[in-house]
Amino acid sequence: MKECIGMLLAGGEGRRLSPLTNNIAKPAVPFGGKYRIIDFTLSNCANSNIHTVGVLTQYNPLELHQHIGNRKPWDMDRQDNGITILSPYTAKTGGDWYSGTADAIYQNMHFIEENDPEYVLIISGDHIYQMDYQKLLNEHKVNNADVTISVIEVPWHEAPRFGILNTDENMRIYEFEEKPEKPKNNLASMGIYVFNWDVLKTYLIKDAKQETSSHDFGKDVIPQLLKDGMKLFAYQFNGYWKDVGTIQSYWEANMDLLKEDCGLDLQSSNWRIYTNHTDDPPHFVSSRAIVKKSMINDGSFVYGGEITESILFRNVEVEDSCNIHQSIIHPNVKVGKNSILEKVIVMEGTNIPAGTIIRGNDEEPAVINQEMLNQSYVAMGGEK
Amino acid sequence: MKKMVGVINLDSECHNFQDLELFRNSASIPFGGRYRLIDFTLSNLVNSDITEVAIFIRNKFRSLLDHLGTGENWDLDRRHGGLFILPPDWNDPNDISKGDLQFFYNNRDFFIRSRSNHVLISGSQFIANTDYKEAFQFHIDRNADVTLVSVQTEELTSDLDPYFRIHADDLGWVQEISNDKRNPLIFTGVYIISKELLLDLVDECIAYGKENFFRDGIKEKINGLKVQTYRYRGYHAFVNSVESYYRHNLNLLKEDAYRQLFYKKHRIRTKASNMQPAKYEKNADVKHSILSDGCIVNGSVEKSILFKGVKVKEGATIKNSIVMQYATIEAGAYLENVIIDKDVRITRGQRLIGSGEKPFVVKKREVL
Repeated sequence: MKECIGMLLAGGEGRRLSPLTNNIAKPAVPFGGKYRIIDFTLSNCANSNIHTVGVLTQYNPLELHQHIGNRKPWDMDRQDNGITILSPYTAKTGGDWYSGTADAIYQNMHFIEENDPEYVLIISGDHIYQMDYQKLLNEHKVNNADVTISVIEVPWHEAPRFGILNTDENMRIYEFEEKPEKPKNNLASMGIYVFNWDVLKTYLIKDAKQETSSHDFGKDVIPQLLKDGMKLFAYQFNGYWKDVGTIQSYWEANMDLLKEDCGLDLQSSNWRIYTNHTDDPPHFVSSRAIVKKSMINDGSFVYGGEITESILFRNVEVEDSCNIHQSIIHPNVKVGKNSILEKVIVMEGTNIPAGTIIRGNDEEPAVINQEMLNQSYVAMGGEK
Repeated sequence: MKKMVGVINLDSECHNFQDLELFRNSASIPFGGRYRLIDFTLSNLVNSDITEVAIFIRNKFRSLLDHLGTGENWDLDRRHGGLFILPPDWNDPNDISKGDLQFFYNNRDFFIRSRSNHVLISGSQFIANTDYKEAFQFHIDRNADVTLVSVQTEELTSDLDPYFRIHADDLGWVQEISNDKRNPLIFTGVYIISKELLLDLVDECIAYGKENFFRDGIKEKINGLKVQTYRYRGYHAFVNSVESYYRHNLNLLKEDAYRQLFYKKHRIRTKASNMQPAKYEKNADVKHSILSDGCIVNGSVEKSILFKGVKVKEGATIKNSIVMQYATIEAGAYLENVIIDKDVRITRGQRLIGSGEKPFVVKKREVL
């Protein structure tokens, strides 16, 4: 028996992150010069001593499976626990894709039962934050709650974009409003739940039977629990938290890492963010380069030009006289000389020809990959 | 399939690293911004399809053990074989072996149990990115007793003096192994020998009270053995002293050298690092340098190598220097021709200047 196990929802398509998610699942999208989005949640688990984690995958899982497959970076290659990848399956009774967050857990109840935990932590692989889940669990126990939902204070004007939890003075939740026009509160759900396993089980079975349900925690299960008068508490988290659901917010979260003190500490010795390691040599900067307010990962070669407020992943090559500003360059990209990139996200393996000029706009950065570059070349008759 | 077992013999290497090996065996001296000297040999062995590697180490091995761990970073954490750190003796009262022969003799079981019939023996100070598959094939094809890997050097610097020189005939059969400093054909310390012959020669050396396997078992018996030499032609360096360490590190700032050593078919493997990518802050001014992950730079860095987690504060200047892991260079400090060991702190405004030939070395954990 285990006290608490984690169920990590990593099957989402992340449509609003397209084209970054055209070929990979959202949790596998590269982030912060070295990581993938899911590393933050997995590292939170590892650092919170939650060593049994079921990762529910569905959409385009190849790279995600490869990334978490050996379990080592998070110390989850143990005899007794670790990461179990839970993909949709068929059985004697048939089988189906996961139709919602609650359905995904419902279909893997046998995994939870096998571990027989007291509590189940439900988290997702699409947020950037550093959080000690044990504190959340403690609060849950102190309140003797059925469910505890982690919340974060958001600016009032942004509250209508979130699922808002209305609480009494003891943080007990009496109402959940999905994207309210006139919010009564500015405590937004972070999509992180601790359930008593027996309560979760009962409600998942109940929800599965309901044909009208969309089988979603936020939309169906939580409202039902509230309706039945169960004890739901909110736990307020006061750190950096960012939903990287859109290209703009993905870009913003990356840019946050370049600020002096953004609330995230990737280097913190007691809350490291772990990821798969590579054997790239340290990066090389030539005598003709200027680099400021940027992050550069191993294996990269900067021959020249100016790199400001940008993030270069592994094995990026920047040729002479380039100007890269506020851009995110994914691994194995080559930037040809005299290119200008401003507020651009360049996807993995793109080969940018010399003299290319690309600029994003105020609302959103430009995203490019090899396919798009090839197409725009054809459209312009091979000239740029 | 014919296979080799690997031995990294650290018991008979040169030791002129002075302060750099106060706290560690020279095999675990940091090199090239992210690596330890032993990584090159270890990677080359693994890249030669060797899956059993024994390390002979007698003292100061905490740092090396920390680095090697289970061998996972070199894919040497295996069900069968893998990484073996072998001790020199077992307090056996009948054991009369001496020198590095102790390791061979007292660990006979390791060799006997191995399914491989050949042994590749190497030290840690020959720096290259290669594999020994071709050398092994060559060894088999020539039906040699022993095959010595050699390099032809263009520049006979004094730090090459300790290395044996090879005199071979036109067909590569070695006639003599000498200390002739003018001979540019240098023995790299890497050689292949059949397991059976190795164990026989070990016994013989011990019976005659000898102390060094290569010198007494092979060099002195060259006339009775069929010894071939295999020439390695790629980028390489011999690192055996503070001066050669400094020179060969800074040589990596030549882009061509850097690419030849690191951007080959095989990457040099090393211990995983969990630090963020190197961070450049607003006053960073970095020219012609190599920086590892975890560095946070807000000062000026020129022609230097920064290992992981180095902090360079505002207004600090680093020139022609090597700064190892987790060192902090505080505001306004000035370093030129300096080697900074791990965990060092250079305080505000401090000035340290060494010479181009003799760099100034700051010991591990010192605060200056």
